[in-house]
Amino acid sequence: MARDPQGALIALNRFGFGARGGASGDIVNAASDPRGFVKAELARPNAALLELPGLQSTTELGQAMFAYQLEVKTAREAALKTPGLVPVEAPPAAMDRKPEAPAMTGNTTMTVQPDAPKPPPAVALPPNVVQKTYRAEALARIQRATITEGGFVERLVVFWSNHFCISASKGDPARMWAGSFEREAIRPYVLGKFADMLKAVEQHPAMLFFLDNQQSIGPNSKAGERGKRGLNENLAREIMELHTLGVGGGYTQADVTSLARIITGWTFAGREGKIGTPGSFAFNANAHEPGPQQLLGKTYDDTGVAQGEAALADLARHPSAATFIARKFAQHFVADAPPPALLARLEGVFKKTDGDLKALALALLDSSEAWQMPMAKLRTPYEYLISTGRLLARIPEDPGRYFAGLQTLGQPLWTPPGPNGFPDGNAAWAVPEGMKLRLDLAAQVSSRIPDSIDPREMLDVVAGEAASSETRQTIARAETRQQALTLLLMSPEFQRR
Amino acid sequence: MDCCESRMLGPTRRSLLLSGAAFAAWAYLPKFARAADARDPRLIVVILRGALDGLATVAPLGDPDYAGLHGSIALAKDGPNAAIALDSFFGMHPAMPEFARMYGDKKAAVVHAVATSYRERSHFDGQDVLESGYAGPGRVQSGWLNRAIEALPRGERVSSGLAIGPTTPLVLRGAAPTVGWAPVNLPNAADDTAMRLMQLYQDRDPALATALSQGLKLDKIAVGDEMKPKGGGNAVAAMRQVARGAAKLMAADDGPRIAALAFDGWDTHAQEGGPVGRLAQLLGGLDGALAEFESGLGPHWRDTVVVVATEFGRTAKINGTAGTDHGTGTIALLAGGAIKGGRVIADWPGLANGKLYESRDLAPTTDLRAIFKGVLHDHLGISERALAEQVFPDSALVKPAKGLVG
Repeated sequence: MARDPQGALIALNRFGFGARGGASGDIVNAASDPRGFVKAELARPNAALLELPGLQSTTELGQAMFAYQLEVKTAREAALKTPGLVPVEAPPAAMDRKPEAPAMTGNTTMTVQPDAPKPPPAVALPPNVVQKTYRAEALARIQRATITEGGFVERLVVFWSNHFCISASKGDPARMWAGSFEREAIRPYVLGKFADMLKAVEQHPAMLFFLDNQQSIGPNSKAGERGKRGLNENLAREIMELHTLGVGGGYTQADVTSLARIITGWTFAGREGKIGTPGSFAFNANAHEPGPQQLLGKTYDDTGVAQGEAALADLARHPSAATFIARKFAQHFVADAPPPALLARLEGVFKKTDGDLKALALALLDSSEAWQMPMAKLRTPYEYLISTGRLLARIPEDPGRYFAGLQTLGQPLWTPPGPNGFPDGNAAWAVPEGMKLRLDLAAQVSSRIPDSIDPREMLDVVAGEAASSETRQTIARAETRQQALTLLLMSPEFQRR
Repeated sequence: MDCCESRMLGPTRRSLLLSGAAFAAWAYLPKFARAADARDPRLIVVILRGALDGLATVAPLGDPDYAGLHGSIALAKDGPNAAIALDSFFGMHPAMPEFARMYGDKKAAVVHAVATSYRERSHFDGQDVLESGYAGPGRVQSGWLNRAIEALPRGERVSSGLAIGPTTPLVLRGAAPTVGWAPVNLPNAADDTAMRLMQLYQDRDPALATALSQGLKLDKIAVGDEMKPKGGGNAVAAMRQVARGAAKLMAADDGPRIAALAFDGWDTHAQEGGPVGRLAQLLGGLDGALAEFESGLGPHWRDTVVVVATEFGRTAKINGTAGTDHGTGTIALLAGGAIKGGRVIADWPGLANGKLYESRDLAPTTDLRAIFKGVLHDHLGISERALAEQVFPDSALVKPAKGLVG
């Protein structure tokens, strides 16, 4: 079979997380049949699922968090009642410790000065289970992206996770559930139905918390009539604006308010479990606005939770959703301004298959545009860091460096600036400060490599015969291996996709 | 890199703010900066993303409907944490004593019941209209401040500039070159490595060559310990820090004169808080940032205008979760030695039921573009025609507000 080096570059970088270093042979394998190389990933059953020992369900995590919050509260209250007692956070568990931190050795001697004042007696707070969970979930995601073959499925996960984003900075529940939200509401559906993902997302405790729906109360519901709280339209608006129809997708303020009423009562059960298993999705009929509602010209009878589910099913099937999703999908993978013919085809597939996301992905791979458009998009910071780890064949055991790098480059993990997610285009990433920081980061990563690494060989791993002679020469003429690797990581072959 | 990590793991609001804050500046000095009249104006545009609750920030205490609508989070004339009286009708949020002091010194003003021309309620479209200066969203990839700069005579290149966060806010994106800088504790790559990479980009990727060369130039200049992020602190400290760094660079003789800064996090749907609480904390940060500009710019403060604006306001009536949903009319703040201050500029529409926009929002009676145009005209000398055609296209009917500066 003829070799296609440029196609291999597209297969690995436009659709994946770049070639893996070591003896992976990714670039050679992809060059023999670029399209087939990417498609093979889609054929694997359950390719997107992430199930590892130690990763718990949202419900289990919710209960652990409630228990933790209660313990902290109890410890603080105890401390307040005992004068002089200071609450002290427990030392982090082994996995929380930064590997760079100097280890305690037997040589350390503790000297006791008799005159020194005694520290106040301390009451121990429990270890921070939220932070521990967040790190474990992040590590699992980063490790998966680092070892997976080409990475198309993981890239789909990242795309959909950003489309339906939550932000860990909203508070404990969002941080605790950031990983399980993606595992439960995104991953099972990236090769399934859009409507199913939509329902899973909007009924996930993390989303209900992130966009305040757990607090929204129907004004004429039982809770609304006796309580002080009422409607909050945050989630309803973003469902239409950001998740399905897109802004200008044909809805009005009245539709926003209507949908907000329809999904009142969609919440999650708290620690006491009054309305369901603590930490799980719950429909609180007492908070649900009674009566039929008009949404986009259609009447939805009050059938409890089914009223909102029917509304979501219709939103997923709305023509505006097909247009909106097709464009966002093509923009992410192909070009900031995708060819209209490609958009029309993707939109058609989305409509014809009732939002089958595997069919959408295949339509993208089968298009000629996806393989012909120039590689003009800059990798996002997340893609850049993951690709670097793959090239260096370094499977992280601690997410700390990734957190720091992503924060520095402006894409902190699971923490976008707003509910519209991280920006997806060169206008956001190919900017002076961002490029400068990428370079500094590349230099820092390179400063840690052993002398056994040969960046000239690595260029072959990255781009094979598709590498430009200028890049090849720049790397070959570098002063040191470290400098050569920095230049490779910053080369257009590595940065563009 | 540890500093960054500890920041990210800190209290939630802080990380949001830091990830959202962005500062960028024009890469050139305006030519008139050293002209004979000795005026050397500086302009800073601060964008608050997420939609600021104008009624909670500058409260119409004298409006009979205000207290009822804003309910549990309404400010009050008296009692603990009372609003600071601006006049007989409006009260300033108690978290903004510095702004209130500037107002008292006639160096700050409030514009109330103001809005862009956008009348829907999407943040992202609202920000697009606010920053692009076009009448509708999605029209253009450049900002009004950038196009205003294009109308200015270009002098020498600035040798300092700064950006917090690796992106340029839309308001300053466009053909006129901008610069930025981010305060992170990451060692610089060696000059020689950067030079070699520049050579490769010039051969293979001109767009990246342009971006990187600007990024490299800036970083050389932005030195000084106080601009490095420090561990600890909170939202207030983080916002102050951004402004302190920006003011230091802008105070230099060859520092940028025109810059934009954006703060995220104003989308207070739930538990917004009244005189204390979530919004109060953010306003305290904004107040601190204004104070940093004042002290950091030193003698140049006299010739400075800071404009603070947001994409739209929030509902007049609080929602069911002690917060406010997306609305329309809101405030803009003006501060700086060049401002003719000490007044609330408002054609007050009232909050009575029939007066609210779509029966829910403060009705806008002032077009925000009139305020921007007034500042650009009087402070930077940009012609009315350029303002109506290039800077804010199709806005000839929106006349520049007179007498804001002087």
